[in-house]
Amino acid sequence: MEYCLQVSDLTKQYNGFCLDHVSFDVKQGSIMGFIGENGAGKSTTIKAILNLIHPDDGKIQILGEDNTLQSRECKELIGVVFDECHFHDNLNAEETGLFLSKIYTNWDDIQYKNYLNKFNLPPKKRIKEYSRGMKMKLSIAAALSHHPKLLLLDEATSGLDPVIRNEILDVFYDFIQDEEHSILMSSHITSDLEHIADYVTFIHNGKIILSDSKDNILENYAIVKCTKSEFSQIDSSHIVGFRSNAYSCEVLINNRSTALKNYSRMTIDRATLEDIMLYYGKEGM
Amino acid sequence: MDIIISNSNDSPIYEQIYIQIKNLILNGTLKEGEPLPSMRALAKDLRISVITTKRAYEELERDGFIETVTGKGSFVGSNNLEFIKEEHFKEVEENLSLAVKAAKLCDYSLTQMIEFLTLLYEEN
Repeated sequence: MEYCLQVSDLTKQYNGFCLDHVSFDVKQGSIMGFIGENGAGKSTTIKAILNLIHPDDGKIQILGEDNTLQSRECKELIGVVFDECHFHDNLNAEETGLFLSKIYTNWDDIQYKNYLNKFNLPPKKRIKEYSRGMKMKLSIAAALSHHPKLLLLDEATSGLDPVIRNEILDVFYDFIQDEEHSILMSSHITSDLEHIADYVTFIHNGKIILSDSKDNILENYAIVKCTKSEFSQIDSSHIVGFRSNAYSCEVLINNRSTALKNYSRMTIDRATLEDIMLYYGKEGM
Repeated sequence: MDIIISNSNDSPIYEQIYIQIKNLILNGTLKEGEPLPSMRALAKDLRISVITTKRAYEELERDGFIETVTGKGSFVGSNNLEFIKEEHFKEVEENLSLAVKAAKLCDYSLTQMIEFLTLLYEEN
């Protein structure tokens, strides 16, 4: 079994928004970054993966099993972290652990305590007195303490400071040392993904725009800076989006190597994931 | 083992790793049969993606610098001294031909070049 998660043709119609044939795969042992602007459909997709909403069409397979038919055992192999902490405010971390140990058969209390220690989370302090960063770390500790094979992270690092984000990324690196473990990580902090992600899927207005290895994406996309007269020389089939001002044009292209050859007089910069998001987001303007 | 990754460098990260590990093997810092860090551990330490390190290792393996044994890890390739010398020689040849090209552009004579080369060689 090579794929940990396969989403194919996922479709869900809402009033004013639809997920339109969303398809992507997460390979075992890899980290998939899931990017897109607010309201692009990231969380809806993750909800569908968790079988919390019922799609109109399409199929989702987790560890080779259809997610709607999933057994309890299979669900235990998934760890989930949402952007907010959903544990009871009045409990403390220790009580939360006790609570979760009754739910998960694989619950590892030692592991949980290790994470609490590592993240500097006081076990006796009530969760409502935790800071946002602490709540996030608690959610991550809880998600990792029942030995999941797939970790679904929905904006788990947004709203956290760089130091905590860095600590958390380290934990994810540790998690992925096992070749059977995989992570699907939605985020709009693209710099995190630029480090850690193996693959990146970009969703825009409910449609998957690209899904490829991060290295390929960063290797192929580039920003060409040129004058307006030079703009017409650029092969329009390579243009993804552009921005122009009174003095120059900035064009996002998806074929860096050809551009380096053909437009050697223009300035060609590497594009970041953020640039790619920005230019696609401006589509049609 | 020192590996330095630069984000501002124009060459891709896998290539930076490839070149640096190759150089460590060529200059003898990494000895024959010595184990290399696992791809996942290296990715973690360098804070890059696993497929980047995987690609670097694959290219190193393809070019005969390392050997990968499934389940055991990657090791510096054995018995490739001849190969390494060849590799060195190729590099010397390439660089010299660049120098010759540059010299011809400004009518630098062969004697002058030899003199200059001798000077450089002895300086080092």
